[in-house]
Amino acid sequence: MSHAVDSRESEEQDHHPQPGQYIKVAIILAVVTALEVAIYYVDALRDVLVPLLLAFAVIKFIMVALWFMHLRFDSRMFRRFFVTGIVLALVVFGIVLWIFFTHLGGPAPTAA
Amino acid sequence: MATAAYPTRRGFFTRPRSTTGKWSWFFTVDHKKIGIMYCVTAFIFFIVGGLEALAIRSQLAQPNGEILNAEVYNQFFTMHGLTMIFLVVMPMGVGLMNYLVPLLIGARDVAFPRLNAFSYWVFLFGGIFLYSSFFLGGAPDGGWFGYAPLNETLPGHGMTFYALGLQILGVASLAGAVNFIITIINMRAPGMTLLRMPVFVWMTLVTAFLLLFAMPIIAVALFELMFDRAFQATFFDPTQGGDPLLWQHLFWLFGHPEVYIMILPAMGIVSDVLPTFSGKPIFGYNAIVFAGAAIGFMGWGVWAHHMFTTGLGPVANSAFALSTMFIAVPTGVKIFNWIGTMWGGSLRFTTPMLFSIGFIAMFIIGGLSGVTHSIAPHDAQQQDTYYVVAHFHYVLFGGAIFGLFSGFYYWWPKAFGKLLSEKLGKVHFWLMFLGFNLTFGPFHVLGLNGMPRRIYTYVEGMGWDFMNLLSTIGAFVIALSALVFIANVVITRRRGEEAGADPWDARTLEWSTTSPPPEYNFEEIPIVRHRDDFWHRKYIETPEGEPARVLAGGAVATHEHEAGHGIHMPSPSYFPIVAATGLPLLGYGVIYFNSTGKALLVLGALVTMMGLFGWVLEPGAEERV
Amino acid sequence: MSTHEVASAPVAEHHTSTGLDNTKLAMWAFLGSECLFFGSFITTYLLYRNRVLDGPTPHEIYDIPFTSVSSFILLMSSLTMVLALAAIQRGDHKTMRVWLACTALLGMAFIGGQVYEFTTFVEEGLKISTSVFGSSFFVLTGFHGAHVTVGIFMLLALVGMSMSGRLGDRHEGARKVELIGLYWHFVDIVWIVIFTVIYLIPTN
Ligand code: HEM
Ligand SMILES: [Cu+2]
Repeated sequence: MSHAVDSRESEEQDHHPQPGQYIKVAIILAVVTALEVAIYYVDALRDVLVPLLLAFAVIKFIMVALWFMHLRFDSRMFRRFFVTGIVLALVVFGIVLWIFFTHLGGPAPTAA
Repeated sequence: MATAAYPTRRGFFTRPRSTTGKWSWFFTVDHKKIGIMYCVTAFIFFIVGGLEALAIRSQLAQPNGEILNAEVYNQFFTMHGLTMIFLVVMPMGVGLMNYLVPLLIGARDVAFPRLNAFSYWVFLFGGIFLYSSFFLGGAPDGGWFGYAPLNETLPGHGMTFYALGLQILGVASLAGAVNFIITIINMRAPGMTLLRMPVFVWMTLVTAFLLLFAMPIIAVALFELMFDRAFQATFFDPTQGGDPLLWQHLFWLFGHPEVYIMILPAMGIVSDVLPTFSGKPIFGYNAIVFAGAAIGFMGWGVWAHHMFTTGLGPVANSAFALSTMFIAVPTGVKIFNWIGTMWGGSLRFTTPMLFSIGFIAMFIIGGLSGVTHSIAPHDAQQQDTYYVVAHFHYVLFGGAIFGLFSGFYYWWPKAFGKLLSEKLGKVHFWLMFLGFNLTFGPFHVLGLNGMPRRIYTYVEGMGWDFMNLLSTIGAFVIALSALVFIANVVITRRRGEEAGADPWDARTLEWSTTSPPPEYNFEEIPIVRHRDDFWHRKYIETPEGEPARVLAGGAVATHEHEAGHGIHMPSPSYFPIVAATGLPLLGYGVIYFNSTGKALLVLGALVTMMGLFGWVLEPGAEERV
Repeated sequence: MSTHEVASAPVAEHHTSTGLDNTKLAMWAFLGSECLFFGSFITTYLLYRNRVLDGPTPHEIYDIPFTSVSSFILLMSSLTMVLALAAIQRGDHKTMRVWLACTALLGMAFIGGQVYEFTTFVEEGLKISTSVFGSSFFVLTGFHGAHVTVGIFMLLALVGMSMSGRLGDRHEGARKVELIGLYWHFVDIVWIVIFTVIYLIPTN
């Protein structure tokens, strides 16, 4: 936060992308979503399904954040707030789930 | 903001205008008034929580006590804890932040004045909501951390009030957190760089970030509890596969940051009081700021030290034991900084100074017992005994409350223009210091002798009788000290000494304006050139390195004839209090989820929505007419 | 950090220390907070998704083609949202209103889908009380739906303000639309995560 004052950052604010670019991003998002659903039904991909799905989700997430939410063009300060929240959530909840799944003998006393 | 386009009269209401008089308090958006309201409300809750404590101590004064039965005892200790944490320490801290942060950074108000008023009203209504449970079938009685599955098996509405009351209070905290973060980042006077901010402002910033990220977690835990209790969900019901430990994780993920939310403001106060009365700048400013931020950061990695005995496994236990021990390091850094500040200074033992020194001493004791808890095998012996109760009272009362009283004595003259009596102040301090140690010191011994927490009575012959009696006597001494404080306030209101702008020969910007400050705080927004800028306006350094007074330096410029002319302040507003009114209605609606309840839900939602719409449609400040 | 940086920083119309808009910064702070909010619910779900007692498992109950369509609808509402922003940035109030209304409509379609989904699940034997899987599923997706609903109200409020001339000029209007847009995209992002983690990733 020590870079709080940075005049360059605020000047960049108005370089928002044009509708054309937005549409391109949306097309990519649509294609990735279609891929997600498609691989869900491909048996051959069973083993790599989870990593693939997660990767696709991350791509979509990042594209929306960078383009639609303008994090790519805006001040770094905004990004810091958001990334802090995401990273904090991933770390602490990662630890919580890790504790549950490694030590307490798995999640499923009544799994079907 | 362009305001010219808006009509002054909107819908059926004319906007409230007056900024003086009884009614102005209801619609005010002035951070100073809101700060005072926070502190006064929290002080009233302090008395209520204190009375509950006296009842608890009376019950435990002797074996086989018969003053409270088990049910009432459970309600009292639970409400005592909830009150002190959520209705006293937190809002007192927030009250001081409200009053001070804009003054300390050279601003005229917070970033979102109406949101600020909203926070206050939500807090007040949340507190009243929680307390109304006493009259509606019984208060929460599952402990302040409301462990599962007890939190859902307890009969009555008590724990539902808990789930909803804390939820409402959380809304106030979250709104406040956002407000303070933006205020500190964005509303500083020219030249007030981050590393020139008073330490209290820094600690406010760290606290606000902790709130920002911790409140949503407890919100989820409370929602899950609410769905369990009111809408047949089974999140924490072990018979349905629910996991009580999930509650503990979510609770302490919030709960540990919460303890820093309570202590950091007090640390900030002490860091501003000590330099003033030591005649020296704070020792190691960068270190103390960094340590504060480090505590905030590391505070996220220790929550499971409250769960050592739940069977987390050796790896997790060791990791959390280590992280907990490490967090004592930045804490220790701060303690050294405070001692370094006093070292070699020309000390003035005024009441605020005494409370600050008391804070340091008591906090060290509480911090050390904290470190003994961090040793997991050790904690297995201590958990759920009075030893833990001793620990958190030393950090919360000896720490936070002493720090807050230091702040009250220090800034009282700024807020009200009159000094509190030093003589009564010192009586207050020594009585409280004595009473505090008499009450909570024996808890260490009781705990190590095996007295469990949360028992409503005990039999004779356990070896606990004497210490319990001592503790009860101490509690009444504390009560007496609180009476002395109230007397001090009442007496000096009528015939107190005029304070003037700068009674303590202090260092920071708030002392450069009149006491009490005008609505707009500063005639002219100060331009800041130094850390402790006000001090540098008053003193220059002689070649020998001694401070020398600048003639007329730091004098308060008041041009009475044109004071405040042309300064445009945010206007009062009806809508914060309207929007806040809806929340307790929603709460009652969930608790009585029959046809009346559903009507209340609709009503509450409508009221809040109306409030918010009105809020959005009116400008922050009306055009002057 | 030195003094001159600060003195020179503020950009013309913003009177803030960083030159950034207060409300936008506040919105980002709030969204940072929301990450922990949804994170807690998702964690609960991940812990509980296999605990179904006698009730249906996630696999038996989810209707992936249906949810894919509603996910797609929400995703596209983010596009219409940015198009509304681009319109007001050009000063084109009318086009902005059209896109805002589209966004709200897509949002409503999504909510309609959710209502349909919930009713079907209940009919098929999954209720909030059936198992902790049921509890965590309904409450997580329900809170997401509540967020979308709040968003719809805000979008409609923007349209209303624009029609009654209260939205302000092009600059002020864009500021407001961008703010609500951030919220809207965030809600969309959360659904991206939910769609993958809750619906697509298989349980056993
Ligand atoms: C040196 C710093 C600290 C350390 C190492 C520490 C450590 C601990 C540990 C390990 C426990 C769990 C004990 C148990 O339940 O068996 C605990 C409990 C507690 N601590 Fe601290 N602590 C520290 C500072 C603080 C501060 C600053 C506060 C508040 C201002 C605080 C408030 C509490 C409270 C309220 C509890 C009891 C919670 C409950 O069971 O109701 N602690 N502490
Ligand atoms: Cu802790």
